[in-house]
Amino acid sequence: MKFLQKMSKDMKDRLITFGILFGAFLIVEILILTGGASRHLQAMLIPICINMLLAVSLNLTVGFLGELTLGHAGFMSVGAYAGCLFSIYCKDLLPVFIRYPLAMLIGGAVAAVFGILIGIPVLRLKGDYLAIVTLAFGEIIRSVIINLDFLGGAAGLKGTPQDATFISSFAVVVISVLLILNFLNSKSGRAIKSIRDNRIASESCGVQITYYKMLAFVFSAFFAGIAGVIYGHNLNILTADTFDYNKSIEILLIVVLGGMGSIRGSVIAAVIITALPEALRGLDKYRMVIYAVLLIAIMIFNSSEFGKRIREKYDPKKLFAKKNAVKKENADE
Amino acid sequence: MEFLSNLISGLSLGAIYALIALGYTMVYGIAKMLNFAHGDVIMIGAFTVLATVATAGFPWYIGIIASVIVCTVLGVTIEKIAYKPLRKANPLSVLITAIGVSYFLQSVALLIFGSGKQSFPTVIKANPIKLGSLIIQGNSVVTLIITTIIMVVLTLFINKTRLGKAMRAVSEDKDAAELMGISVNRTISLTFAIGSALAAVAGIFYGSTYGFVDPYAGAMPGIKAFVAAVFGGIGSIPGAMLGGILLGIIENLSKAYISTDLADAIVFGVLIVVLIVKPTGLLGKKIREKV
Repeated sequence: MKFLQKMSKDMKDRLITFGILFGAFLIVEILILTGGASRHLQAMLIPICINMLLAVSLNLTVGFLGELTLGHAGFMSVGAYAGCLFSIYCKDLLPVFIRYPLAMLIGGAVAAVFGILIGIPVLRLKGDYLAIVTLAFGEIIRSVIINLDFLGGAAGLKGTPQDATFISSFAVVVISVLLILNFLNSKSGRAIKSIRDNRIASESCGVQITYYKMLAFVFSAFFAGIAGVIYGHNLNILTADTFDYNKSIEILLIVVLGGMGSIRGSVIAAVIITALPEALRGLDKYRMVIYAVLLIAIMIFNSSEFGKRIREKYDPKKLFAKKNAVKKENADE
Repeated sequence: MEFLSNLISGLSLGAIYALIALGYTMVYGIAKMLNFAHGDVIMIGAFTVLATVATAGFPWYIGIIASVIVCTVLGVTIEKIAYKPLRKANPLSVLITAIGVSYFLQSVALLIFGSGKQSFPTVIKANPIKLGSLIIQGNSVVTLIITTIIMVVLTLFINKTRLGKAMRAVSEDKDAAELMGISVNRTISLTFAIGSALAAVAGIFYGSTYGFVDPYAGAMPGIKAFVAAVFGGIGSIPGAMLGGILLGIIENLSKAYISTDLADAIVFGVLIVVLIVKPTGLLGKKIREKV
């Protein structure tokens, strides 16, 4: 216990996040080994990892930089196509364990380059204007990809080796979350958060707004690109139509549901949002209706007075603090 | 001549976008929210016409009236149930709720009407007009005339009537408007009602132009109209009209002369260029930053 008390708040936060991640991983692995995992569940594992990566990376711009972007799927598609092309050309040249990580790095790097190119004009704008321009860029990327023959056009890109496994995807998620958490706790991360909280104040303290905005944007694009590479290596055919603005909105939905500026929230919400339509499969054709109603209900509940009271009452931190206080009192007696 | 006929059909497509964009911009101006479900209200409007005219066999004018009524009621109900509880919430939560409403409308339409494309009944019967070698589709003419009338009436309503004044007041400053005795809730409901009624009209024109409806038919015109509203400067009513019409013309001309597949990309590209040059849209107000 003393060890726990000595740890900084930040360290504790991280331990909880990674505890949740590894706990979930262990449960899933045990289920798979014992045969308790259905095929549906197993097919969902990689998409969950992909959504975690996407949500955590989008959280960088939406939650920590405070700029709403609706074009995250665009970066994902650029990364996916770059990584898949690389894998297709190097299929026979390199073994999987070199090829696949290299593909990820290439996908991420290409997405980051696009992040720079798009970020230069986009980050001059603010608020809803920024949102619509990122949406526009996402849609432009999609229609251009459909019209490029060497990317398979509208029929899609075929022949990508199926390199994605649950364990490797999970490892990528863990490494990415670690990198992003470190980034957020660095000088740059603090600068980014200060821009969100008060742009004018941080500017007058000498924070280079443009530079740090760009940094967050590019970092976020990089991880979206990696998520795209995993996505591409999990499917037989990669079609550009899957990366429309609905995909971007789905990622945004995960971020908002998980709580903006909370990496742990994004991770948990990614599981919920990916699994929820599957879990509602039993309801057959009513499942999308119920999904929509649940979504609206959750959003209303979250911001209502009633919801706030409930959350305060069952806040794990407070419950924990109360117990500790009681213990202390007992010890004093 | 070909150019002129392309221009006119672009104008009529733009008029439809403008009608939808008006709904976006009015709601944004008053409630400061992006109503992502607006596109799906169009789809519901089009399906109402389909159900009353094609399925139930009523005459076309009943279909139009029914569609306007259904959409108006729908718009007000959505506002009351989904958006009103979130009026003080973070704008992103409202955005996600709007997306939830959009999913809801799409999936309900999917349940009732199925996922296939259904052919839209001919509501607008007008012969093509021939002017020498220039042929103008009857549909385009009707769309243009009616949209022009609607826009004139709307502009008069907003600038000349008491209710219009109330709407402008609420969009400028909600608290001050309330202190002046304006019922903010009622004004917001009114805005949603007008926006949704316009969406119903747009849905009828859209269905007539393209000839079919499906549960996802509202998504793309919705996004385009959103782009149009931003293009003209979101929150500005003349801006939405201008933005919508320009967008329609650009889209149609690039379809005709550059590439059908890249038309959307070109539209979005123009938007980006405009916003980089004028960051608050064509007619948007500059917001001064106070330190």
